[in-house]
Amino acid sequence: MSMTEPVEAMAEPWDEIDAPPSVARTLPGTVPIVPKDSITGRSLTAVVAIMTFLASLTTGIAMLVVSAASDWQSEVSREITIQVRPMPGRNIDADVHAASDIAHAAPGIAEIQAFSKEESARLVEPWLGAGLSLDDLPIPRLIVVKIAPGMRPDFVALGQALAARVPTASLDDHRGWIDRMRTMAESALFGCIAIMVLVWVVTILSVTFATRGTMAANRPIVEVLHYVGATDSFISSQFQRHFLILGFRGGAIGGGVAMLLFGLLEVVKNWGAETPPSDEMAGLFGSFSIGIAGYLAILLQIVFMALVTAFASRRTVNRTLQSID
Amino acid sequence: MKSVGRRESAAAVVYWSEDCGGRRVIQFENVGLRYGLGPEVLRDLNFGISGQSFQFLTGPSGAGKTSLLRLMLLSLRPSRGLISMFEQDTARLSKDGRANLRRRIGIVFQDFRLLDHLTTYENVALPLRVLGKEEAEYRAEAVELLQWVGLGDRMGALPPILSGGEKQRAAIARAVITRPQLLLADEPTGNVDPNLGQRLLRLFIELNKSGTAVVIATHDIALMDEYDARRLVLHEGRLHVYD
Repeated sequence: MSMTEPVEAMAEPWDEIDAPPSVARTLPGTVPIVPKDSITGRSLTAVVAIMTFLASLTTGIAMLVVSAASDWQSEVSREITIQVRPMPGRNIDADVHAASDIAHAAPGIAEIQAFSKEESARLVEPWLGAGLSLDDLPIPRLIVVKIAPGMRPDFVALGQALAARVPTASLDDHRGWIDRMRTMAESALFGCIAIMVLVWVVTILSVTFATRGTMAANRPIVEVLHYVGATDSFISSQFQRHFLILGFRGGAIGGGVAMLLFGLLEVVKNWGAETPPSDEMAGLFGSFSIGIAGYLAILLQIVFMALVTAFASRRTVNRTLQSID
Repeated sequence: MKSVGRRESAAAVVYWSEDCGGRRVIQFENVGLRYGLGPEVLRDLNFGISGQSFQFLTGPSGAGKTSLLRLMLLSLRPSRGLISMFEQDTARLSKDGRANLRRRIGIVFQDFRLLDHLTTYENVALPLRVLGKEEAEYRAEAVELLQWVGLGDRMGALPPILSGGEKQRAAIARAVITRPQLLLADEPTGNVDPNLGQRLLRLFIELNKSGTAVVIATHDIALMDEYDARRLVLHEGRLHVYD
């Protein structure tokens, strides 16, 4: 066969090839250069979803624990107690009355509740049994003083006034408890932050490695784009956009499920409100609500997860391009 | 191509490429290439590729044909020597500058390298998308080219269902859609039968007549005997030119 035939004569070599009917999409078509749905893409979405769910759960639980610890602390610090001891030659009821008056007169006090003889008996009933006469025992009487919100009464002055006028009275501002509560709250906060950081490190690492794995499957696309003259920025932007969407989708699924779970927890808690078990749980774990701040934190995590995925893909593309060029 | 319209399409392709005349599109001067700390796989390469020229690049397997093609595609950097491309020193080019030069080169691989999730049409139009063109701008051009290479009725097909010959024609169409001044083909007939190989060679000859410089890397002696063209023979890392 001579290869010097005119172009017109050579322009027919494909007619005898049997072509099966065309399939797939019809023209025009501008599908994304990076395939939208692939097995590796779906796996990455699943990894991002699971890790975002776990990270969101950790964040939410950390916020609940910190909030509960803070509630305990503030509840204890909102009250002080005046203890009036019985003493021979003194009328304890008169001392209780006088101490209540002194406390009432102090600035920043919202409410005073002096325990009566019967109420005091009930307080020690679990240990000493019913039918107890306080006259037979030197049981001190308690006055619970509630502090007005936002106020900081002068406990030193109050203590001095009590000591001067009611020598049998002593003031307990719960400082020892508050200090212990503060230490516990700080430990809980530190522990939660440490767990959160660990979970986030694991999350970032697993999402980064999953993204790299997915990118490895896309290496042929990077190569072809490189060979047909695409600039590095064009190639990385194509992948970055694709992986941003993948990461956001995975993050939204994981974070969404976590938000749903916290929402359900709140609903269930409200449903059983005012029942003894619910009150006990509320006393222990606080409100059971992560609040607006918690939901916002989860939303931020979703966005952050999408950014991590996109960033990891961009780095991997750049590394791939360096190895090609 | 029996219809007149198809013949007109073929004729339309003739004036595609920017005329480089007899100017050198590539010039190698004392070029050497080694991978890492290994021995030089290519040594003292001194040759040029003129515009509108046609040449075979041959040599035994492992002689370095693909490495030389990658040097010409700016996909590898030489260990030493100077490579000028379109009268520019490639060593001084930025990454974007190299990408811009690569747009003036078409490449055809033995393994086609079509993207399986894109249709034949989308694969062929890919270089134009990379250039930032809108689909409406290039649709007619891509369809015309696909018809010219005999894939007019396979435009919507995905590569996995194309035959080897169809894939190679799609790869050639993708390589020439930007009207490159230089077309590099790495064993383009390696995965097709001899008859189809001859047809593909005809296609390359037609493209060359349209003004594109063509370099076909092959070790198929029978194919080279089909067309009297310049031969670049690689042997033990050195290049021997037979004009």
